[in-house]
Amino acid sequence: MSAPLQATTVAPQASRAVRKGLSARDLWPPLLTFALVIGLWELAVRFLQIPIYLLPAPSQILETFLARPAFLLRIGLVTFTNAVVGCAIGASLGCLVAALCVRWRVVADGLVPLAVAASAVPIIALSPLMGIWLGSVSPLSKIAVVAVMTFFPTLVSVYRGLVSPTADALMLMRSYAAPQRVVFAKLRAPAALPFLFGALRVCATLSMIGAVVAEFFGGPQNALGVYIKTQAGILRTREAWSAILVACLFGLAFYLAVVLAERAAMPWKRGRQQ
Amino acid sequence: MNTPPIIEFDRVSKVYQSGGGPVTALLDVSLSIAAGEFIALIGPSGCGKSTLMRLIGDLEQPSSGTVRVKGKTPEQARLDRDYGIVFQAPVLYEWRTVRRNVELPLEIMGRPPAERRERAMSLLRLVGLGDFGDAYPHQLSGGMQQRAAIARALSFEPSILLMDEPFGALDEITRERMQTELLSLWSSAAPRPTVIFVTHSIPEAVFLADRVVVMSPRPGRVQRIVPIDLPRPRVFETRESPGFFSLVTEVREALRATENERVEV
Amino acid sequence: MTYPAQGAPGGAPGTLARRALPIIGVIATLLLLWEGARLLFGLSEQRLPSLGSIIETMFTPTRGGAGPLLIVQMLANGWATFRVALGGFVIGGLLGFGLAVLFMRLPVLERGLMPYVIGSQTVPILAIAPMVVVGFGRMGAPPWLAKMVVAAYLTFFPVTIGMLRGLRSASPQSLDLMRSYAATPFQYFWKLRLPVSLPYLFTALKIAASAAVIGAIVAELPSGAREGIGVMILNAAQYYNSRPQALYLAILVAGLVGVCFYGLVVLAEHLIVKWRA
Ligand SMILES: Nc1ncnc2c1ncn2[C@@H]1O[C@H](COP(=O)(O)OP(=O)(O)OP(=O)(O)O)[C@@H](O)[C@H]1O
Ligand SMILES: [Mg+2]
Repeated sequence: MSAPLQATTVAPQASRAVRKGLSARDLWPPLLTFALVIGLWELAVRFLQIPIYLLPAPSQILETFLARPAFLLRIGLVTFTNAVVGCAIGASLGCLVAALCVRWRVVADGLVPLAVAASAVPIIALSPLMGIWLGSVSPLSKIAVVAVMTFFPTLVSVYRGLVSPTADALMLMRSYAAPQRVVFAKLRAPAALPFLFGALRVCATLSMIGAVVAEFFGGPQNALGVYIKTQAGILRTREAWSAILVACLFGLAFYLAVVLAERAAMPWKRGRQQ
Repeated sequence: MNTPPIIEFDRVSKVYQSGGGPVTALLDVSLSIAAGEFIALIGPSGCGKSTLMRLIGDLEQPSSGTVRVKGKTPEQARLDRDYGIVFQAPVLYEWRTVRRNVELPLEIMGRPPAERRERAMSLLRLVGLGDFGDAYPHQLSGGMQQRAAIARALSFEPSILLMDEPFGALDEITRERMQTELLSLWSSAAPRPTVIFVTHSIPEAVFLADRVVVMSPRPGRVQRIVPIDLPRPRVFETRESPGFFSLVTEVREALRATENERVEV
Repeated sequence: MTYPAQGAPGGAPGTLARRALPIIGVIATLLLLWEGARLLFGLSEQRLPSLGSIIETMFTPTRGGAGPLLIVQMLANGWATFRVALGGFVIGGLLGFGLAVLFMRLPVLERGLMPYVIGSQTVPILAIAPMVVVGFGRMGAPPWLAKMVVAAYLTFFPVTIGMLRGLRSASPQSLDLMRSYAATPFQYFWKLRLPVSLPYLFTALKIAASAAVIGAIVAELPSGAREGIGVMILNAAQYYNSRPQALYLAILVAGLVGVCFYGLVVLAEHLIVKWRA
């Protein structure tokens, strides 16, 4: 997934193979297991007679989804929009504040440790408060929760990226008598890009989960989280699971979009990623 | 030296299968090394010095030919704990204090704690790290770390020391001091261990070794063996003696011959 | 003469104060902004209660004077969530640890399963929480069990990945060293692979710590739960109009539980991974 994982687990020769592209040999084991897991799940549910309120079979979930795909995708889109907008706001603010932190290090000394601690705080607990402030059925309240959730990790990562250039690299800039603005644009910002995308990958999944869970605290009827919670509450698990399937699809799409953006933004790293 | 060879290579070849096709690292190497001998391996980069050393230590297996160590297979010798290895990097375990790093092999061999501790401390004193037993590796300089690695290799009194460019990362001054230290450790050991010492430095090879094995690349072969008859103990002044210079020149010529050969091929 | 580690944080008391000061400054600024916003925009207690009234509310008795102080009741609920999260964290952690060791020993298994362990991170696992709770409730399991299962589930993924990465992080040379000592597989593990993997394990545990707390809280949201932070937050939100301060307090306690949990892991890391400067 991430570059460090690859660097530690894949030998140089192997990574060259990865660079050439994924071969059939790399693809079949995961595909096979996927089929295996789904098959086992299906068989287990059927033959162990697991009650449907506990776990429906994959075929039943798919069937339920296919019964009303338009409806499910529509409510999924409502939640997905909140996730994307919230993530965009949170990540932008995170970048902005990180840049301010580089300019005024005192701010960084105070803010960055708090932002690290904030990663331990269940931000999701803010949902009802946001509902009260911004209206519990309003998309604004969900967007706000997602924005807060994504703000802190982006701030921490991007700040680390902005201060990652070595003393030597900074010295070089100094020798050119480059003004701070140029040092930022030519050195710090490019150095921070991998950190930004690392944070965005995390944020992409975080924000879809966050948007769904924020709706558990209350939200408009036509949203994924509300639907999952109410359907689960009345033991209509197949319906709830088909909604989760939709959440997975949107979450995956968001994640892949970030990965694609990452490749476009950092051509010099292309080929080193999976 | 009429003792039977402790290490014997009989027409040994090593071929690596890599992404870009097979690479012959060693071709038809025959070599015998006597017990207690100090051997320096020298040759251009990629000529198979590390490979030769790793074959002795059973870290690689030959593609053809046989390697015998004390009349046994290298694997048996490894299981009998005949080897102490020192790499170019110190490879200390960062989560252990320096003393506990030196104790590591003893621990693995199941020696009692009191003996381990005593042995580790006396070795650390021997390599000049008596005060650093409780420090963590990151608190030591590069040279100090490498001394700890040597102490670790000596801790269980192996009969064979395999050293792959152990001083390669050190500055010239530290390096010369470590060479002298190594020789005094080696000669004071009760049965002298056999040392296989890989280096890129001609003076280092000449200063340390009984014999210098000069290797040529592509494929790796033993080009020449230069006996070093300088008297022991070797001291600072040895490096300034005329005999030393002429041997350095001899090794250098042998190395240049490997290059000429390569140009002709 | 020891060489100080590069980039080691200074341990002198003077530097501690210098590090704490900006943090205190930021917190003070935030609190000032809070009160400032109230004055500037003329916000009512309903919109944004004053800090004073929030503190005051802490010490009002519950249940019309018969129950404990509000803050005591809230901390008790926080403790209930903490307990369950910790239980799930331990179970999930052990599971992840075991799976990572298994994967390391059997690479075939890993090649097949690992893509899913990674892929599953892109899936909103938390969304399943209500179903786990409802399903378990239906089967007659005690409510804490469902919460613990969710927390364990969320812990186990990051721990598997982090631990496996750590187990693989031993350098080839340090492995050669072990080989030259003819170490047994158990010694490879105990003396080399386990210690090198500890920093990775703790990185994963820190991520898992907050995930476990969030999981426990979310599992308290479906109707039927009787104790825990999730319940407390929902209750406070419901009675917001009559007592807005309670919601802020509940959120504060949620944050406190998260930070304490995280702090516990950091503390354990400091005690165990001593060699890192
Ligand atoms: N694991 C391996 N896989 C493939 N080829 C290898 C491997 N190890 C070594 N080789 C090849 O074998 C040859 C000899 O390598 P070796 O490491 O023994 O050289 P060396 O003399 O120690 O070089 P240096 O002085 O640079 O350390 C080289 O051409 C190298 O590319
Ligand atoms: Mg080498």
